[in-house]
Amino acid sequence: MLAADPLLAGKIGFAVIAIVLLKVVITFVFLLVATMLMIWFERKIISDMQNRIGPNRAGPWGILQSLADGIKVFFKEDLTPDRADRPVFKLAPFLSLVPAFVTFSVIPIGGDFSNGHGGVISMFGHRTLFQLADPPIGFLVVLAMSSIAVYGVMLAGWSSGSKYPLLGAVRASAQMVSYEAALGLSTAAIFLVTGALNTNAIVAAQHTWRWNLWVTGGVPFVLFLIAGTAEANRPPFDLVEAEQEIVGGYHTEYSSIRFALFYLAEFMNAITLAAILTTLFLGGPNGPLFVGRFVSPIFWFFLKLIGLLFCFVWVRASLPRVRYDQLMDLGWKVMIPVGLGWLLVLIAFRVGNEIGWHWYAVFPACVVAIVAAYGLLVTAMRVSRRNESLEDLEGIFD
Amino acid sequence: MGYLGGFGVTLRQIGRRKRVTRPYFKDKGGKRDKPERLHGRHVLNRYEDGMEKCIGCELCAGVCPARCIYVRGADNPPDDPVSPGERYGFIYEINYLRCIHCDLCVEACPTEAITESKLFEFSFTNRADAIYTRDELLVGDDGRPKQMPWEDWTDADAVAPHTSAWMRATSASGDASYEGKVGWSAELGFGIREPERGQMVDAQSGEELPPGQFWSAATGEVDLEPSEGGDT
Repeated sequence: MLAADPLLAGKIGFAVIAIVLLKVVITFVFLLVATMLMIWFERKIISDMQNRIGPNRAGPWGILQSLADGIKVFFKEDLTPDRADRPVFKLAPFLSLVPAFVTFSVIPIGGDFSNGHGGVISMFGHRTLFQLADPPIGFLVVLAMSSIAVYGVMLAGWSSGSKYPLLGAVRASAQMVSYEAALGLSTAAIFLVTGALNTNAIVAAQHTWRWNLWVTGGVPFVLFLIAGTAEANRPPFDLVEAEQEIVGGYHTEYSSIRFALFYLAEFMNAITLAAILTTLFLGGPNGPLFVGRFVSPIFWFFLKLIGLLFCFVWVRASLPRVRYDQLMDLGWKVMIPVGLGWLLVLIAFRVGNEIGWHWYAVFPACVVAIVAAYGLLVTAMRVSRRNESLEDLEGIFD
Repeated sequence: MGYLGGFGVTLRQIGRRKRVTRPYFKDKGGKRDKPERLHGRHVLNRYEDGMEKCIGCELCAGVCPARCIYVRGADNPPDDPVSPGERYGFIYEINYLRCIHCDLCVEACPTEAITESKLFEFSFTNRADAIYTRDELLVGDDGRPKQMPWEDWTDADAVAPHTSAWMRATSASGDASYEGKVGWSAELGFGIREPERGQMVDAQSGEELPPGQFWSAATGEVDLEPSEGGDT
C-alpha cells in the first residue's frame, strides 16, 4: 500500500523506518494541535461575527482554552449506562476518532511539485513524499474512512442502551450515508480529470494554477463543500446534535474523555475536510516558491487550509440549521442529480475531445440532455407526490 | 439574496470595536456597573447605635422557597441586649449552595434586618464555607459587609455600600404611590438612606413623575390619586 513513496522503493533500513515514524508522529501531533487551535479559532471568529468577545481568560487571547477544557474533561466522571453494551460502548468513540486520523495520513501537506518533481523532497539524505502515506488507491481510503466513521456514530447510539442516542444515531447515519453518494460523485469528477486516484498525483496534476476548481467547472467543488459539511456534521447540517433544539444525539450518554473523543473527532473532521478540499480542488501545496522548496509549499497548504476553515466558521455563523426533510431533499433531489449530471457533462466533453467532436456540438447536446433529465426528474417527483396524496386519501398502499 | 444574505451580515461584524458583551476585567479593576436591583449575598443590618435589627422571628426562613435559611431566636440578655426588642437572632445561617437570591426574605423581614448586597463573586470550595453564619453575615462597625477570604472584592468601593437597594426600591407594601417616602429605619454607618427615585417614569414622555403619581397600565393615563387597593 505504501509502494508509491520513493522512500520505500529501495532497501528498507533503520533510517527509513525512523523517517516513517517521524512522519507518523508529526502527523499525529500536528492534527491534535491543529484541532485544539481550530476549536479556539472557531470560537474566536464566531464570537467576532456575533459581536461577542469569545474565550479570553486562558492564555493570551484565550488560546489555551481548548487545552483547559481538555484537562477539565479528563477529570470528569466516566459514566457507563447500566443497560449499555459495554465493549461496543467503549469501542465506538475510537471508531469515530481513528478514521479522522487515518484520513489525514494521505494528505500531502508539503513537497515540491514544481518542474515535475512530483512532490518529492529530501529528508536526511532520503527522497520521500511530504505525506504520511500515498497508497495507490489513494482517495478511496478517504471514502472508506468516512464510511467507517458512520459505524462509530451508529454503534455509539446503539450501544448506549437508551432511546435518545439511538434516535440520534439513526438520524446521523441516515444523513451521513445520504451525503456520501454526492461526495463520491463529486470526487469522481476529479478522478476523471486527473486520471489518478492517489492524492500525490492529483496534486501534481494541478501544478501551475491548473486547479481542479476551474478545470472541473466549479460545480464539483460546491457539491463537495456542501456534502463534506454534511458528512462532517457541521452547521448548517448539524442536526445530528443540534445543541439548541434536541437532546444531544448519538453521544447523549457519553461523558468525560469518551465524549471528548467524539468532540475531538468532529473538529478533526472539519480540518480533514478542509485539507481534502485543498488537495482535490485548490492544488494542495502548489504555489509560487518564494522561500525555498521546503517551506513555501507548506505555507501555501496552510494558507488554503485556514481560508477554508474560515469559510466553515463563516457558514456556521451565517446559516440557519436546515430541517431534516430539507436535508434529505437537498441530498437526494438536488446534490445527487446535479453531481451525476455534471459528471456526465465532463465525460461528454472528454469523450468528444478524444474523438474530435467540436465543443459546439457537445455543448448543445449536453444542454438538451440536462433539460430532458430535469424534466424526467420533475415528473417522477410529481408522480410520487400524487401517489403520496392518494395514499393519504384512500390508504391504497396499506 | 434571501438565504445567503446572512453571509454579509456576519462578515460585516468582524473587526468592529463595538461589542455587546464586555470583557471581564478581574485583575485590572474597572468591572462594569452592577444593575440597581442586583441580588448578591445577604447582610444582616444593624441600627445606628450598633444594635442588631434581627429579632429572630423566622419569617425569612418561612418564606424562603429554597429552604436555605436557618434561624433560631433567643431572649435578649437583660443586662446586655443584642437587639432593641425582646428577642434577637441567636443562630442565623444561610446556605449559599441552595440560595436562589429571590429576595423574598428581604421582603418578608419586618425590621429590614436582612438585605442583599451587590457582592456576588464568592466561590467557596467546601460546604462549610458555603454556609454563612450570623457572624459572617452581620455588617461590620462601618456598616459594610464583612469580607470572607474566598470573596472577590475588586470593586468593593463601588459595590459594598449598596446593601439595601432592593428594600429602598420597593415602596411600603408594594404600593407605587409610596415612592419617595422613607419607610425604613436608619442603618449603622449610613443613617437613613434616601429613597430611590425613578421607578415611576411616564411611559409616553419618559419623564419622571413626582411622588404620589403613577402611570396606570389599564387606562394609559397618569392618576393623581393613589389607588385604594384591590382594584388592579
